[in-house]
Amino acid sequence: MRHLNTQTMVIGACLLAVAYLALMPLGFLFWQSFLTPDSADAASRFTLDNYATAYGSIETLHLMGNSLLFASGTAAFAFAVGGALAWMNERTNTPFKRLFFALSIIPLIIPGIMFTISWILLGSPKIGLINMLLQNWFSTDHVFVNVYSMWGMIWVEGLHYSPMAFLMMTAAFRSMDPSLEESALMSGASVHQIFWRVTVKLTWPAIFASMLILFVRAIESFEVPALLGIPVGTQVLTSAIYQAVHQYPSQVGLASSYGTTLLLITTAGIYMQSRLTGKGSKYATVTGKGFRPRVVDLGAWRYITAAVFMLYFVMIVLLPFLVLLWSSLQRYYSVPSMDALRNVSLDAYRFLWDHPSIGNSVLNSLILAFASATIVMLLTSVICWIVIKTKLPGRWLLDNIASLPLVFPGLVLGLAVMVFYLNFNIGVYGTLWIMLIVYVTRFMPYGMRYNGTSMLQIHKELEESAQMSGASWGTMFWRILLPLLKPGLLSGWIYVFIVSIRELSASILLYSPGNEVIAIVIWELWENGQFVELSALGVMFILTLLILVMLAQYVGRRFGVKEI
Amino acid sequence: MLHVSNLNTQYKDSHGRIVKAAQDICIDVPRGKLFTLLGPSGCGKTTTMRSVAGLERPVSGRITVNGHPVYCSGTGVFVAPNKRNFGMVFQSYAIWPHMNVFQNAAFPLEVGSRKLNRREIEERVMRVLTVVGLENFADREATMLSGGQQQRLALARALAMEPELLLLDEPLSNLDAKLRERMRFELKRLQRELGLTTIYVTHDQSEALALSHEIAVMSEGRIRQIGSPRDIYERPANRFVADFVGLTNFVDAFVEAKLAPESYEVRTDMGVLKVTSYEEHAVGTRVLLSVRPEDVELSEIRPVGDNVLTGTVDAKVFLGEFIDFQVKVGDHSLLARVHPSLKTLVGESIQVRINPEKCICIKPD
Repeated sequence: MRHLNTQTMVIGACLLAVAYLALMPLGFLFWQSFLTPDSADAASRFTLDNYATAYGSIETLHLMGNSLLFASGTAAFAFAVGGALAWMNERTNTPFKRLFFALSIIPLIIPGIMFTISWILLGSPKIGLINMLLQNWFSTDHVFVNVYSMWGMIWVEGLHYSPMAFLMMTAAFRSMDPSLEESALMSGASVHQIFWRVTVKLTWPAIFASMLILFVRAIESFEVPALLGIPVGTQVLTSAIYQAVHQYPSQVGLASSYGTTLLLITTAGIYMQSRLTGKGSKYATVTGKGFRPRVVDLGAWRYITAAVFMLYFVMIVLLPFLVLLWSSLQRYYSVPSMDALRNVSLDAYRFLWDHPSIGNSVLNSLILAFASATIVMLLTSVICWIVIKTKLPGRWLLDNIASLPLVFPGLVLGLAVMVFYLNFNIGVYGTLWIMLIVYVTRFMPYGMRYNGTSMLQIHKELEESAQMSGASWGTMFWRILLPLLKPGLLSGWIYVFIVSIRELSASILLYSPGNEVIAIVIWELWENGQFVELSALGVMFILTLLILVMLAQYVGRRFGVKEI
Repeated sequence: MLHVSNLNTQYKDSHGRIVKAAQDICIDVPRGKLFTLLGPSGCGKTTTMRSVAGLERPVSGRITVNGHPVYCSGTGVFVAPNKRNFGMVFQSYAIWPHMNVFQNAAFPLEVGSRKLNRREIEERVMRVLTVVGLENFADREATMLSGGQQQRLALARALAMEPELLLLDEPLSNLDAKLRERMRFELKRLQRELGLTTIYVTHDQSEALALSHEIAVMSEGRIRQIGSPRDIYERPANRFVADFVGLTNFVDAFVEAKLAPESYEVRTDMGVLKVTSYEEHAVGTRVLLSVRPEDVELSEIRPVGDNVLTGTVDAKVFLGEFIDFQVKVGDHSLLARVHPSLKTLVGESIQVRINPEKCICIKPD
């Protein structure tokens, strides 16, 4: 009976943890958005004022308009760039195709905040390298590019998300049976007709699903609107939430109603996306097997496409990284010139080394990343086991609950957790624990995905034979399932480690002095105008992430699923 | 030794409808015997075995081993599978890929309730590996084994725990044809030598005939006949068993007269035949005759005796060790399996004789 109890206890504890993490804070936030602030002289009471304030003013209309414009502009731009690259890569004979796949890891390596900052260093009207170099050449004061604008925001965010579009469209192109196009060709259709009447029509669900995901990611993104939008008063929902919390007195109710709105938008987007890509859609012909599709011979044009690709690579990797590297080697931020080259120094790196609070933040980040990756992977391994291997009634619900945080914008989750633990004081507010809670909640869906994929490949009989050998549930889980899950467990662990270490949007509302993480320190350095030190930290941050990502890829290959 | 009575299982399908898998299963397996559950896929044989294993929970019935109930719906007893001490070989072998051969076989000894020290474990593991002929592979990665070796390892692992009952779930179905035949002999030898009470699940009738002391033929969740391999083959109790086990010719007939105990005269499209029946039939009732193709004797010269008919060769198929003849007798087509020395041409007439003892009369469904 003792063994039965371990099983019941472990499963029960995991169920409670998942339900608590995924449902409580957001539920509370929703409830809170209908209350007046709780102050010394008045208890909070039910009100619709928050929504009235939020939706009553012309300003909000403006805010919504901005958000939608920003998100759809970003989605369209990222899709156009990523989709074109995917087509070039999958369907043409463009040279250097292998390099394209380096693209898939770039967004992991360059966190949003670093990408945004480096584009400020490139495209700001006052200090931007591009403007300054062009102004030098043409000896004018004309501002050529300005990232501090709606178009600048769309440009930076769109570039940052374009690799994601690239990956999704590559998958779509790849999973399409070439005979579908070939049969159109045999029916006498021209290349043009095939493209519009077969290829586009068949990839349409993938196109639409990619656009939805990009839209959701853009509307919930925080770094670009905060760094580029706030200084010039171009507000979107996320920056409005941040400002509502950070003004004095902070308007948590207002932030909550904005947050609820944002949550509804992202939920709708993700729901539609999952319906589109879900099983049983009539476009089943374009999912599943990998095909080697027909390749279009571009002739001399392929050098043009290769050049386009190179230009893209320069804009998304080379320029951002080089500008950071350059500014990190300066004493004071200045434009590249022979003069400045003489001033190169490693002072900024020395500053990082000597500064105790920075070492502390690195330690905090590591502790949090390690703990959240471990907890997420172990917790979701049990959840995945329940969902995939048992016939427990309601397990689909559990699956959905554990994947629910996918729709939580980081900032809204941070807000919800903040409000929740301010009201239910159990001593975690202002400590690393609250960040850990947020990270585990936020990255649970990734754990579900990695563990789920691995779990599906484990034959039920491997588990049953352990049972027949006399092993208890705990022994079976520990000695059979976890070792068999290792490939997914390890890659998932590293992935969660990486995304935890770069987390900003949820941490920004929760940190307090002494428990900053690296991303927060970068944010603070930016606010203080310490560009040089920030760049040095950024360079080291990016290199560390590069090593981690390469490690993850190595692990993925090395421990490819063993099949028997 | 193993006693299953009135076992019923059911599960819910994807639409939430209740599907009855095994119904009113009653089996008795004496100590040291190999008992086979034979049937097409979906007949409930695997469910029955999994209920015995404890991997599935029946809705009602009773399962006892050596008189001790491991499941009883009446008293609510359900012994967890890891407490039953039954060895099981799975269809996929379920060899753990992250362990080597020794570790796989040692696992049951490490996790069981009886605590053994390292030396005892090593001794017992090496003993069972020797029994299955894998003693030289102890350090090999389990993933580096061939299909036949994996099968032996799965067996060794099941034997290592010295089980009270050995459960084999289609253990040969994943092997290629040649190896399957060799492993069939080996399994039989091992089972007979070790005297292990064994339940064997298969859909392959030749495996069942070759290995078993006793066979239960199942279909649609029910046992259709229990008997020795020879009984099942030579004295099928119903149309399903006759059809599923081996090839057979079915002929519709009406009882004309009872000649002696177990001997009848029947009228068919092909003429009047003398047949054998193990059940009683009244004169005038409709019955079904089952005649195995190898019991349809063909010759070019008319033989003497009962049940001699004249037909024409409709088609023939040369299969190496024998020839299948399709012979038309009146409107009825008979399949005959004969020695390849018979060279009658298609279209020529041929004499057919069916031994009355081999012409089995069963009730039509």
